[in-house]
Amino acid sequence: MTDEQHESGEFEQKLREATAELTESIAKGDLTEAVNLLQQINDERHRNLYQEVGRLTRALHDAINNFHIDSGLNPQASQQMSEMADASDRLNYVIGMTQEAANTTMDKVEECTPINDNIGREASQLRKEWAKLMSREMKADEFRGLYKRIDLFLEHVETQSNVLSEKFGEITLAQGYQDLTGQVLKRVSNLVHEVESSLVNLVCMAGQVDRITGIRHPQMAQQKQVAKEEGDGTLPEGPIVSPDKRSDVVANQDEVDDLLSSLGF
Amino acid sequence: MKILIVDDFATMRRIIKNLLKDLGFHNTQEADDGTTAVPLLNSGNFDFLVTDWNMPGMTGFDLLKHVRADPKLKDLPVLMVTAEAKREQIVAAAQAGVNGYIVKPFTAAVLKDKIEKIFERIEG
Repeated sequence: MTDEQHESGEFEQKLREATAELTESIAKGDLTEAVNLLQQINDERHRNLYQEVGRLTRALHDAINNFHIDSGLNPQASQQMSEMADASDRLNYVIGMTQEAANTTMDKVEECTPINDNIGREASQLRKEWAKLMSREMKADEFRGLYKRIDLFLEHVETQSNVLSEKFGEITLAQGYQDLTGQVLKRVSNLVHEVESSLVNLVCMAGQVDRITGIRHPQMAQQKQVAKEEGDGTLPEGPIVSPDKRSDVVANQDEVDDLLSSLGF
Repeated sequence: MKILIVDDFATMRRIIKNLLKDLGFHNTQEADDGTTAVPLLNSGNFDFLVTDWNMPGMTGFDLLKHVRADPKLKDLPVLMVTAEAKREQIVAAAQAGVNGYIVKPFTAAVLKDKIEKIFERIEG
């Protein structure tokens, strides 16, 4: 039995005892004692409630306070992290890192593209002349030109291939964000889980308190559910994280195309 | 061919811009949501609109409806490139007059295919 269950059991026990005493005092006509007992029940109920709310507030506070990046990051990164106070800053850090990585990657690809295009263009020109040579249609001075150009081309390919290798290396390095953002996201995800389980505890406790205090509010939850179901299905939702678990979404472009073609597209 | 690319993420705009360049479309401009796209569309003589759906300010869906309701813009071909994948949304976009719908993440081949289909249909 957990502390909470124990305490709420204790409260029920006290409630039962006090009720018996209350009935007794009323039967005896001792109204002062009866009112005192009612007050005691009420005080006990409040104490129980405050204790639970206090405990959960502390748990939430601790969960948020414990949310620090401590180890595993390089000094520069942990310096950046220690300046961040909350989860939302951490998520912004992820956005910044992914954006930087995407931009670096695209910068490098844009630098590689003309190099690669040049090599391709030169090779295709040389191949035309080479074909002439193979079919013995080349004059001697043309051959001398080709001879030099092939030498230059080979040298060019050699140096440019080194440049490309270097840029490929930089592209690979730019993917290092995955490690750092992964760590940050895991921590945010842990925080969300902690907050969620604390909230579930709060709801359970609130349920016990409702039972003890006799408060009934069955309408609200149902109304909320209905409102959710009747919501505007065209409101943006962002990327669907688990399309396989949903029947109202498409899983890929083929399903989009099928749906559109069924509409006459 | 002048194309307006509307997406709130600069990275995605850059990806689409580069893919369009590879397909031979060099004349592109960018906007980060519907609100900034509308004045550009009004003044820019665009031939084609590529838009995301989920954006702050004015969404791509509202931009699509705005374009179709504007007598000067109503015939502008609109391609939606979005992470929004609910059937209801795709149907709504089709009903609002979208010319093509691509779900993210997408490939260069899909973008090429959809753009070609859109122009085939318009020219054909």
